[in-house]
This record gives sequence, C-alpha cells and structure tokens, in this order.
Amino acid sequence: MLQRLQDLLGIEPLTREQITFILDQAKPFQEFQRYPLKKLATLRGKTVALAFFEPSTRTRISFATAAARLGADTMNLQAESSSLKKGESLLDTVRTLEAMRPDGIVIRHSSSGAADFVAARLEIPVLNAGDGTHEHPTQGLLDALTIRDRKGSLEGRNITILGDILHSRVARSNIYLLSKFGARITLCGPAMWVPRELECLAPNLRRVSRIEDALAGADVIVVLRVQTERMHEPAIADEEYILGYQLTEARLGLAQPDALVLHPGPMIRGLEIDSAVADGAQSGVLEQVANGLAVRMALLYHLVGGAPIDAPHPAKERSNAAD
Amino acid sequence: MRVVEKRQLLSAEEIDRTLQRLAHEIVEKSGGTKNLALIGVRRRGVPLSQRLARTIFGFSKFEVPVGTLDITLYRDDLSTVAQQPVVQSTEISFPVDDRDLVVVDDVLYTGRTIRAAMNGLFDLGRPRRIRLCVLIDRGHREMPIEASFIGQTIQTSDTEIVEVHLREVDGDERVVLVDRVS
Repeated sequence: MLQRLQDLLGIEPLTREQITFILDQAKPFQEFQRYPLKKLATLRGKTVALAFFEPSTRTRISFATAAARLGADTMNLQAESSSLKKGESLLDTVRTLEAMRPDGIVIRHSSSGAADFVAARLEIPVLNAGDGTHEHPTQGLLDALTIRDRKGSLEGRNITILGDILHSRVARSNIYLLSKFGARITLCGPAMWVPRELECLAPNLRRVSRIEDALAGADVIVVLRVQTERMHEPAIADEEYILGYQLTEARLGLAQPDALVLHPGPMIRGLEIDSAVADGAQSGVLEQVANGLAVRMALLYHLVGGAPIDAPHPAKERSNAAD
Repeated sequence: MRVVEKRQLLSAEEIDRTLQRLAHEIVEKSGGTKNLALIGVRRRGVPLSQRLARTIFGFSKFEVPVGTLDITLYRDDLSTVAQQPVVQSTEISFPVDDRDLVVVDDVLYTGRTIRAAMNGLFDLGRPRRIRLCVLIDRGHREMPIEASFIGQTIQTSDTEIVEVHLREVDGDERVVLVDRVS
C-alpha cells in the first residue's frame, strides 16, 4: 500500500511506484472530463487555497477547475494582489491564508524552494505549482501521462528537450521523472542555456549543440518557451533562435516517425515551434492540457481529500461494502 | 480483524442457479429487453452483471449492454478515512439517458453503496428507471433503498460479514457468513 503522500513538492523525491500510482489514478479522472455533469461531491466542504505569487493562466485555471469539479471551494490569491505589493512576506501571506483554514494550498512562486519552505511551516498539504527554476511537478506528471497514453509506456524513451533548459522548472521535472523510468535524455539549446552542470541532473543525459543531432532518434520532443521574463542577461535574437532551434516540420522529420511533440505552453508560434508542428498529428499539446486537469484532480483527491492526517482509522466494520 | 466462518450460504452450483433465475426474472419483469442495460458495481457486481448478461443472451439472443461503475468518488464516508481509497474506472460506453437500468451488486447491506451508485449514474444522464439486483440481501438498511431482484435474503447480526467469493475476483466460488472475533 502506498504511503500516504502529504505534499507534492517535486518529482525528485518520488519513487517510480508513487509516480505510477498518480498516473493510474488520473485515468478515471480523464474519463470524468467527458461526463455530461462534471461536478462531484467528493471534496464538498473542503477549501483549496490557490496562492499564485507569479502570474499564471493555464495552471491556475486548471487547479481551480480541478477543485471545483471535485466539489471543493477555492481561495484565490493572485500575483497582482495588493498585499504583496504592500510588501507582505511569503510566510505572512500563507499564514494568513492558513488562518482561514483551507484544507490544502497550491502555491506558485518565483523563488526556488518556496513550496518546500511553506510546507515545512504549514500543517496542511502543499502542492507545488512551480517554484522558481526548481520544479513544476504537476507539469512533469501530465507530460508523463501524455507520453504513456500515446506511446504505451514510459520505459526507456528517447527524450529530447529543446530550448532554455537552464531557467526551466518544467525541464527539471521532466528530467527527474523520465530518468526514473530509464529514459535517454538529450538537451539542446543555445549554449548559455544548456550549461554543463545540467548533466548532473540524471544519468544517461547528454547535451548536444546542433538541433539536427538532438532530434535524431527522438521519440518524444519537449519544446520549451523562450522565457524573456526570466532573463537578466541579453536575450538571443529571435531570428538567431529560429535559425538554430525552432522545431519545424523538416526538423521533426529527423526524429522517429511517430515522435510525440510536447510543449508546456504558452506557445509562441513561429519562435520555438512552427504552426505546422504545433497543429500537426504529432503534437500532444491539447492532450497535455486535458491531462493536466485529470492529474490535478487525482492529486487533490488524494492529498486534500479524506480526514486530516492524524485522524484515527475508522472501524472497518460497516462495509460489507465497496472493495 | 480476525474472522471465523460460521456457515456457507451458497455453493458454486447454488450461485449459478440463483443467477440463472435472476436473469429470467429481470427479463420477465422488464417486459422484454428493450432499453435494458446492466450496471455492475465494482468490484464483485462486475462479474455478476457480466454473467447475467451472458445468461440473458443465452435464452433471448439479445445482447444486453453492460457497464461498470466505480462508486469511490460518491462514497459518503471519505472524510472519515485517513487515506483516500484508490479510484477505479467507470466504463459505461452507452448513453444512460432513457435507459432501463438494473444495477447489480453482490450484497445489499446499509444501502449506502447503492445511494452512491445512483449519484454516479445521474452524473452520466437521466435514466428512465433504476432497479437493483443483488445476490444477497442481508438487511440492516440505513437508506430507503430496496432491491427488485434478490438472490437470497438472510438475517445477519452487526458483527457478521457476508463474504461473496467469485472465481473472477477471488479464485473460488461460494458465499459464506463469517463473524468477527475479538
């Protein structure tokens, strides 16, 4: 029996079994998205605090929808909020939220380690929705689910990640997750964004400078966005990026014939990815979004649902029931 | 929790005969098979519903659609359990609207499972009718719920458990009454 997960702070601490469990639990929630009535009472009476200290559309909406479909209520803190502008500390902000007794908190913050920091100080479950350049575990999980559904299995895949790996928490979560399943990982992007230190992240990981070499033999390609908001050094010119690193149809042809193309979004069409690839048969971007909802529902169900952690086990008696 | 077997309620042959009888009853009391569909409640309702459908096909040549329902998300006791139970899939590949549904489960006890099953079905559409078929009705209802098709009704005490063993799930095939011992 899986030891109860109390928080979801990153992929790195998870075992293969825990990851497989989460992906398996996402499956019934994938089917649920097709129901005419998408409203459960499973988390009725529970409140999920959404503490987004960094702007987000897709992740925030995905978590909010996941909570709502499970029947939970949400508390919505957003980056533009005035208390943050007034200089309130992270700890004070989350303690204020905690004083209103939510049953779980989803946090996105620009500092690496913010989720761990908060989890160490709060009693309630914490789900990391992205912390600095550290991890984005739910993205890693939804990417894995998409790969598993399209490819049949996560084992031993040839993954190529393109773009600004250095600043990407998505890339790190992908690398941690897929390497636990024996993936061979190739990183490719402008040299200053793919430093040698990244090779420490996983075994069977190599850096390649030419996109053509990076794509040969790949069966999964993760395309990252050029994150202009994260960079303090001068950016690479768009034309130079496109020339060296854009995933075009022609370049995609160098990978395995049925290679899966993933992008965490939002995509900048014509920059890191061209429209034909983004909209083509090999693109999994819309499935990623749908799977994100299913994964987040499964996580909220398991982490926020149920009795508080120290509740006694009820007498098993009364069920002649569901097993 | 230790249990001791008190007596066998149904042997393998008796289970089979009971299901044959239930299959005939279902068709007879549905005015035929039009719009009929069986919904097996996980876990043991699933093989029971599949066997009923096969039997019905055997004598009527009609393929009654069979769906599988997992009620975990609809349980009323989730906030009391320390660890959330694992969710399984619900697989109902036909529309539920306007269907004459027979929900199939192994044991009817408090009725809470069936209440949850109805909630699950209503999330999928608006059935014309829902009736219940169970192998064993052991009494002790806590909900205003009754079965239309019952294999056997037995009196039980609060400490007793009715264990249904089906070869698809448990390997062996029988129904036993067990009691908890302290």
